[in-house]
Amino acid sequence: MSARVERAMIAEFGNPDALSDAARSVCNEGFRAIDALTPCPVEGLEETLGLKQSPIRWPMLIAGVGAAAFAYWLEWWSSVFAYPIDSGGRPLHSWPVLLLVPFEVGVLFAGLAGFIALLVLCGLPRLNHPLFDWDAVERSTDDRYFLLMAAPENENDNDRLRRLLSDARALRIRELSA
Amino acid sequence: MTVVSAFDRAPALEDVPVLPRAIDDRAITDIVCEPLLRPAGKGWWIAFIICSAGTLALIYGIHLLFTVGIGIFGNNTSVVWGFPIANYVWWIGLGNAGTLISSLLLLTRQSWRATISRFAEAMTLFAVSIAGLFPIFHLGRPLYFYWIAPYPATMHVWPQWRSALVWDFWAVLSYLTFSVVFWYVGVLPDLATARDRSRGAWQKVYGVAALGWRGSARHWRHYHRLQISLAALATPLVCSVHSIVGLDFAASLMPGWREPIFPPYFVVGAMYSGFALVVLLAATITYGLGLQALITARHFEAMAKIILMASIVMGLSYLSEYFAAWYGGHPEDRGMVAFEFTGAYWQVYAGMLFCNVIAPQILWFPRMRASLAVIIGVSFAVLVGMWLERILIVWNTLSHTFMPSMDRVFFPTWWDWLFLFGPMFFFAWLFLLFCRVAPVVPMFEARELRHKEAEG
Repeated sequence: MSARVERAMIAEFGNPDALSDAARSVCNEGFRAIDALTPCPVEGLEETLGLKQSPIRWPMLIAGVGAAAFAYWLEWWSSVFAYPIDSGGRPLHSWPVLLLVPFEVGVLFAGLAGFIALLVLCGLPRLNHPLFDWDAVERSTDDRYFLLMAAPENENDNDRLRRLLSDARALRIRELSA
Repeated sequence: MTVVSAFDRAPALEDVPVLPRAIDDRAITDIVCEPLLRPAGKGWWIAFIICSAGTLALIYGIHLLFTVGIGIFGNNTSVVWGFPIANYVWWIGLGNAGTLISSLLLLTRQSWRATISRFAEAMTLFAVSIAGLFPIFHLGRPLYFYWIAPYPATMHVWPQWRSALVWDFWAVLSYLTFSVVFWYVGVLPDLATARDRSRGAWQKVYGVAALGWRGSARHWRHYHRLQISLAALATPLVCSVHSIVGLDFAASLMPGWREPIFPPYFVVGAMYSGFALVVLLAATITYGLGLQALITARHFEAMAKIILMASIVMGLSYLSEYFAAWYGGHPEDRGMVAFEFTGAYWQVYAGMLFCNVIAPQILWFPRMRASLAVIIGVSFAVLVGMWLERILIVWNTLSHTFMPSMDRVFFPTWWDWLFLFGPMFFFAWLFLLFCRVAPVVPMFEARELRHKEAEG
């Protein structure tokens, strides 16, 4: 991950608004906010953290269209060449009815590709993570909102960041080494 | 016009928050996780034992069906489709509502749907799994069902892609698999919550199931986009699935089946019966697990309105069937409508019209929509009515075809009834297990909803 840092500072907040405000002021002051751990999606946080829009729809589109095309090809090949059935003189390549199966299969593979892409993009499954070393982080799936920042090397900057976080209603602040 | 006025009071409803003001993030976690962490109560065990007995009876029935054959059913030389096909259509329909709630209502920003979506999706999984068994049950040689799949067989045969049965296979397979993915993606963050709340062996189980989800903002952005994309795909998928089930009938030449209205009419019927089941399950788990703070009177009122609207659409569909038969002028089609009202099954038909079209009209009255007992009663009637509709589609057409000498009446056997009621016990059995192991309300969506309501 590009966000790898030597030491990280992590601050705990009681609600999503406090987290968003803190993330904004941290970034405005020139510090580096890396990530946030939240029990639900927080609106606007992606922009503050400078995250780009997720590319997850591309693999879905490619897998869906690819699977649908393959299904259509299989139908066409098997009903025109491999095993033609003359049913009342109807055309062997009855394209309107051949559209049904590719649609179903395309949607299915788009969904499966989306799930696999989610795992790949998120680096999951990863059952343990350095952040889990701090027990308080358990509450990031419950009622607490955590902001993860690069800890400044410089003593002064470090204090400034801590003060900034306290002013932004941080409940607890802690430094972790990666 | 009538449909619009059913929703006239909707703006007033918007002002009422879905979740109580006092509830916070921690309370949502507590309410949803508490039933998972405590041992099951007496009521659960009684229900579980009854449902296990019903499931065992079904397994015995399946054993008998596979060893003796489909002769155990009441099917005869004319009515060659019986309960299994009606049950198939009914169960698939029940499944549709879960996807409707989690996708269509998500896309149309009906925020109240958040807290009922999880168990409605679970309902979809179980109902569609059960539905998928019935086409196999009704086969004379069920062991060869896989011949419908395209694979390089040594006999060099390939499926007949113009057959509705092949479409069915793909529709059910795709829908079921897609629903599993959709459900698992939805439950992932909540499994992480369950992991962080439980201790001991269960923590390990939830920990593995949650795949290490940690609610990172970097993950949520992918997650959120995936969820919306899946919802956008699920909406046309769910409509296509029941349309294809409708085409099983409509692609034939039989009077009463050869109607272009069948695909949309089946989709509406599916949503209709599915919502009725959602109401029954919502009532059960709300009071069974003590979720009154998360599933409120507003949910029931909103669902009651959807049921009311669907009942009107069903009524219009029946009317259009009669009109098409009269206007088309074919004696077989007109005779079919006459047979529905005066033939061998007219009492069943009258019961269906009462359950599907007349009984739900009581929900026009706001006071009736406020009564849980009334909504439950109507939902029950709708479930019965929709099953009657499905069996009548099979019975009426096959009992009254082109040749009067072929007319036969269907008499169900005990085994038919076992295959109607047994799967209900099996469904309830699965649902009881689901309530014990998975968070039944999407906690992260409830938190999002609560933050939004607190702002607005």
